[in-house]
Amino acid sequence: MMNEEVLKHPMTKDIKDLPDNLNGDWRNKLMRWETLLMVFVAIAFFTNTQISPYFLDPWSLSDATFNFTEKAIIALPMALLIIARDIDLSVASTIALASVAMGFANTMGAGPIELALIGMAVGTVAGFINGWIITRFDIPAIVVTIGTMSLYRGIAYIVLGDDVYRSYPSDFAFFGQGYVWGVLSFEFLLFLCLAVVFGILLHKTTFGRRVYAIGNNPTAALFSGINVKRHRLFLFTLVGLFAGIAAVLLTSRIGSTRPSIAMGWELEVITMVVLGGVNILGGAGSIVGVFIAVFLMGLVTFGMGLMNVPGIVMSIFTGCLLILVIGTPIIWRRFLNARKMRSNSGE
Amino acid sequence: MNRPVLELRNISKTFPGVKALDSVELQLYPGQVTALIGENGAGKSTLVKVLTGIYAPDGGEILIDDAPVTMQAATDAKRHGISAIHQEAVMFDELTVTENIFINNQNRNIFGLLDWKLMRKRAKTLLEYLDVNVDPNIPLRELSVAHKHLVSFAAALSVSSSIVIMDEPTASLSHHEIQELYRLVRRLRDEGKAILFISHKFDEIFEICDRYTVFRDGQFVGSGGIADVTQDDLVAMMVGRTVSQIYPKEQTTIGDTVMSVKGLSHPSEFADIDFDLRKGEILGFYGLVGAGRSEVMQALFGLTPTSSGSMELNGKPFKPRTPGDAVDQGLVYVPEDRQHQGAILTLPIFQNITLPQLGGLSRSGFIDMAREYDVAREYATRLQLKASSLSENVENLSGGNQQKVVIGKWLATNPNVIIVDEPTKGIDIGSKAAVHKFMGELVAQGLSVIMVSSELPEVMGMADRVIVMHEGRIAARFERDDMTAEAIVTAATGA
Ligand SMILES: Nc1ncnc2c1ncn2[C@@H]1O[C@H](COP(=O)(O)OP(=O)(O)OP(=O)(O)O)[C@@H](O)[C@H]1O
Ligand SMILES: [Mg+2]
Repeated sequence: MMNEEVLKHPMTKDIKDLPDNLNGDWRNKLMRWETLLMVFVAIAFFTNTQISPYFLDPWSLSDATFNFTEKAIIALPMALLIIARDIDLSVASTIALASVAMGFANTMGAGPIELALIGMAVGTVAGFINGWIITRFDIPAIVVTIGTMSLYRGIAYIVLGDDVYRSYPSDFAFFGQGYVWGVLSFEFLLFLCLAVVFGILLHKTTFGRRVYAIGNNPTAALFSGINVKRHRLFLFTLVGLFAGIAAVLLTSRIGSTRPSIAMGWELEVITMVVLGGVNILGGAGSIVGVFIAVFLMGLVTFGMGLMNVPGIVMSIFTGCLLILVIGTPIIWRRFLNARKMRSNSGE
Repeated sequence: MNRPVLELRNISKTFPGVKALDSVELQLYPGQVTALIGENGAGKSTLVKVLTGIYAPDGGEILIDDAPVTMQAATDAKRHGISAIHQEAVMFDELTVTENIFINNQNRNIFGLLDWKLMRKRAKTLLEYLDVNVDPNIPLRELSVAHKHLVSFAAALSVSSSIVIMDEPTASLSHHEIQELYRLVRRLRDEGKAILFISHKFDEIFEICDRYTVFRDGQFVGSGGIADVTQDDLVAMMVGRTVSQIYPKEQTTIGDTVMSVKGLSHPSEFADIDFDLRKGEILGFYGLVGAGRSEVMQALFGLTPTSSGSMELNGKPFKPRTPGDAVDQGLVYVPEDRQHQGAILTLPIFQNITLPQLGGLSRSGFIDMAREYDVAREYATRLQLKASSLSENVENLSGGNQQKVVIGKWLATNPNVIIVDEPTKGIDIGSKAAVHKFMGELVAQGLSVIMVSSELPEVMGMADRVIVMHEGRIAARFERDDMTAEAIVTAATGA
C-alpha cells in the first residue's frame, strides 16, 4: 500500500543536468551597478558639453584626465585590497613620503630614472610596513593605516619643514607631462594599460579568485589552504608600490614637492573604489565598475572646475558622494524588503 | 484524537529557480512529537522559516488553535508561542553565552534597564536544565561547535512557548548529549507542548517521535503515526525508491604506515596523542562533545600550534605551520563547521568546490573556467547535490547540500590523507550512502582517511580501527573485529 502511494509522486529531478548558470543570471546581477554608472557618465558628459563649448576639444579632454589619473592608478590595487576586506588610509601620506624622498635624491643629483625608482621603492616599503604590522600583530588595517597616515606625513614634514623641493631634471617631467601619441598622455596610457592588467588579474587569475575568497570569508579561505596573511601582505605592498608610482607622476607633473602634497587623496581614491561598486565590507566588486567610476568622478570634478566651483566645495561634494554611495545600496535593499513584505501581506 | 494546535494548509514558497514548498500541509498536536522527514532540499528548513516569520509564504494558511494567523516577523512567532532551534543558528561569537541566550528576549528590571543579574541566573539554570557544562559569562567564540549548538537550545527554551521546533538538533552531538536531548524532548512533550522534530536519523525518529510527516521535493507526501510504519516505508516515501546499503564498506587491503603521530600535546586541549595511519585505512575517532577530537585534527592541519610531540607523513617529518603547508604535502581537513570554516557562503558552488585546487585548474595563473565547471559538475553529480545551477551561491542551498559542497571541495583535491570531521552531518540517507561509497572508493585507491564522527553506526560501519578520546586523551583503541557499541560508548564517557 505504501509503495503505491509513493509511486504517484514524481521522481526526484535528474541531478546530472545541473546547469553552469541560469541563463546569465549572475552576469545580469553583476552588471547592474555598472550600467547605472554608465548612465551617470553619459549625463555628466552631456552636462559638461552644455557648460562649456571647449569641453569636446581633444586637448581639453586630455587635460581633464590629469585631474584624476594618479588617483585612479591607486584605485586599482585599492579595489583589490578593499575586496579582500582590508583598507589603506595612508596612501596620500605615502605619496608625500615618496615625493620627499625623490626631492632629497634630486638634491644629491639622481637622474630621472633613478628618481622614479626611488619613488616607487619608498612607496613599496611604506606599503610593506603597513601590511607587515597588520598581519604580524593582527591589528585592524584601519587602525594601523590611520597611524601610518600621520607617521608618513609627519616624516615628510620633519624632513622638509616649510621648504619646497624644486628644480627636478627636465627629463623627469615626461612621466607627468609627456605625451605618447597625439593627445594621449603617458600618465593616461599607463592608467589604461594598468586597468586592463588589473581587470585580468582580479577576474581571470587564481590570485584574483583567492582575493574574493578572502574577502568573503577569511576563515574558510584559510581552511581552504590559502595563505591569507601572505596575500594580504602582498596587497598592502602592491598598494604602496602604486602610491609610489602616483608620487612619481604627480611630482613630475607639478615639478615640486611640498610636505602637504596630495593632501586628502585617500578619501578620493576610496570614493572612486566604492563608487565603482566595491563593497566597503569586502567580498564583492569589479574593475570595470571602478574604471567607470573613475571617469564619472573625473567628469564631475572637471565640470565643477568649468563652473569655477571652489576646491572646498568639491571636497564637500566628494564627502556627500561617499556617504551616498555607501548608503544607497543599503537603503535600496531595505526598500526592496519593505516592498516584498507589503506585497506578501497583501495576499 | 485531539485538535491540532498548529495547522498549515497549502503553504507554498518559491525561490528563484526552485519551488521550495508546493502547497504543503502539516499538523502538530499538543503532547506529541511530530517528525518532519525528507531528503536534503525537500523544504523542511524553509517550512521552519515560514513558521517563525523569517520567510513570508507565497500562499496558504497558518492556523493556531483553529484561528488563522499571519507571521510577519520573528516577534509574531514569539507572540503565538512558537520557538525554534534552527539548523543554522544565528549566533554572535563576540557576545557572552548569556547575551546570546537572551539576544531577543531580554529581562528588564523595574527601571526598564536590562537585568543582567537575573539573566545570568536564568542562563545558569537553563544550562543546568540542559546539562551543559559551560560558563555563561564567557564569549561564545570559546565554545566548540556542539556547545554553541546547545547554547542555541537554551536560547529557544528561554521563551515560554507551546510549540517547539527543532531543526536537526542532534547533528554534531554525540551519544551522551543525544540522550540528554531525548530526555528534554520527552519532558517538553509531557508538559503538553507540540514538538516538530526534523532529523535524518531514523533511530531517533523511532525512539522519540509519535507522528511523522514526509516531504519530497517541496511536496507533501504523507503523514501518520510512527507506530504504523517501518523505516523502509519512510525511506520509500522520502526518496521514491528503496535505499539498500547504508554503509557499503568495501574490503580493502591495508598497506604500510603513511602517517604517524607521537606524543602530540597541546597546553590545554589534548595530550599524548599517539597513533599510526596506514594506507587504505579508515581510522575512526569517537568521543563526547569536548573530548578534543577536532582540536587534534586542527593541529594535524597546521591550524593549532602544539606544545610537544612529532608527526611524520610519508616517512618525512611533518610540521605544518599553516593549512597551506598541510595541503601542499597532501593532507587535507574537512572541517565540522560548514558555515564558517567549510564553505564560503556568498560565493557560487563551483568556486567553492574548486578553491583548494585552483592551482591545478589554471595555466600560468589563469583559471580555466571550462575545466573548473567540469570538476564542479563531476563532484556535484557524485554527491547528488540539489541546486538550481552551479553558479548559485552556497548560502541558498539547504543545510545538507551545503555539507555536500564542503565534502566535494576536499574530495576533489585527490589528497594522500584526508581528515573528515563529522562528514555526513545533516546529510540525508540516500546521499549518505553516496558519501560512504565515495570514501570506500578513495581508500580502495590507496588514500587514507581519518574520520571524526559522533554517529556511532557510521563509525562502526566505516572504520577499520577506532580511537576513542576522553577529555583530551586517548581512552581506548578498537580493531574492527573487537568493537562493540557498548565498549565504545563506555570508553568515551571515561568509565
Ligand atoms: N534563500 C534561498 N534562496 C534560494 N533558494 C533557497 C533558499 N533557501 C532554500 N532554498 C532552496 O529551497 C529548497 C529547500 O531548502 P530547505 O533548506 O528547506 O531544505 P531542507 O529540507 O531543510 O534540507 P536539509 O535536509 O538539507 O536541511 C532547496 O532546494 C534550497 O536550495
Ligand atoms: Mg534544513
